[in-house]
Amino acid sequence: MPHIKIENEFPGIRGLFLYRPVTAAPLNALVQTLLHNPHPTLSAGERELIATYVSRLNTCKYCCNIHGAIAQHQLGNNAEIVQQVLANPETAPISNTLKALLKIAAKVQQGGKNVTAEDVALARAEGATDIEIHDTVLIAAAFCMYNRYVDGLATWQPDDESIYDQMGEQRAREGYLTPPAKIKPKEELNHSTKF
Amino acid sequence: MAHIKLLNEELPGIVGLLNYRPETARPLLDLAETLLRGPGSLTSGEREIIAASVSYWNQCHFCHTSHAAAAVAHLKCDIGLIDEIKAGLPNTPVSDKLRALLHIAHQVQRNGKNVTDEDVAAAREKGATDVEIHDTVLIAAAFCMYNRYVDGLGTWAPGPNEAYAAMGERMAHVGYGKTNG
Repeated sequence: MPHIKIENEFPGIRGLFLYRPVTAAPLNALVQTLLHNPHPTLSAGERELIATYVSRLNTCKYCCNIHGAIAQHQLGNNAEIVQQVLANPETAPISNTLKALLKIAAKVQQGGKNVTAEDVALARAEGATDIEIHDTVLIAAAFCMYNRYVDGLATWQPDDESIYDQMGEQRAREGYLTPPAKIKPKEELNHSTKF
Repeated sequence: MAHIKLLNEELPGIVGLLNYRPETARPLLDLAETLLRGPGSLTSGEREIIAASVSYWNQCHFCHTSHAAAAVAHLKCDIGLIDEIKAGLPNTPVSDKLRALLHIAHQVQRNGKNVTDEDVAAAREKGATDVEIHDTVLIAAAFCMYNRYVDGLGTWAPGPNEAYAAMGERMAHVGYGKTNG
């Protein structure tokens, strides 16, 4: 049960956004800018993979599942690549640049000071630009915030994978600024397909 | 020297980063303004103490000293508060409610899951409301972001506490992302 009284049906950060709209606005504007808006070089799918990976390192189930689902839908409905990155970025079928950026993201997750000049030089050698390094550090840092916010208030984090898939498909298509669609549990989805 | 080539290398800490990437600066500044100076029943001085404490626990010198200086400006107290925050406020008369909220903030700093039902019940017993608990968790979480952003890109920071006094005044009384006058 959440640590505070949340009177809406939405899981994770969506329930908190409705609880406190005044803080939801800048939090949503930030994630929209970091992950969804056009980027000079990193695709939305690549940026979602960074967010998903950091959320897994912080053991935040809701953020890892929802951003994993968004990444999947941003990457041509490829669920396997998300699981491969979570299992081991080194052997996942992603670019060497993204592998080096994920190393930096993992350092940031532990503490900003852990990022070394060598980590940055390695990313540059793999072709990373300054803006890519900047945005990777900020995405990783931002998910150290979102993850703590979602877990620190003990929000509802569903087990039902179909909920994340529905929400992930919506976010990949619409971005972060639209109201959440009504959540349909798996039983209801199965039921509706019978008609 | 920072890990990336900033547009103006004289700007310290997050200031140089905000100047480097205006697209991300806007929501980052709006968030700080809302969390630290926006509507809420905790005073801005109390909120800046939470921000400065979390930054100290994350060993981010720039964020700790600048937000502690903002707390000094709000509370119109001695600059010694900056070092008091590092020590856990042993000689500062703060409410039991703020001490309970600072404990929650410290749990969040380590990981969100560390916040227990008992931590929240203790804060409620000292008079904390749901919104105050919410805002404390979010301020602590947000500084786990700002601190990592500032340190993760290897920005430089002025050393002595006194170097942050004018910055703290501006943060407290002008605001975040606003210009004088």
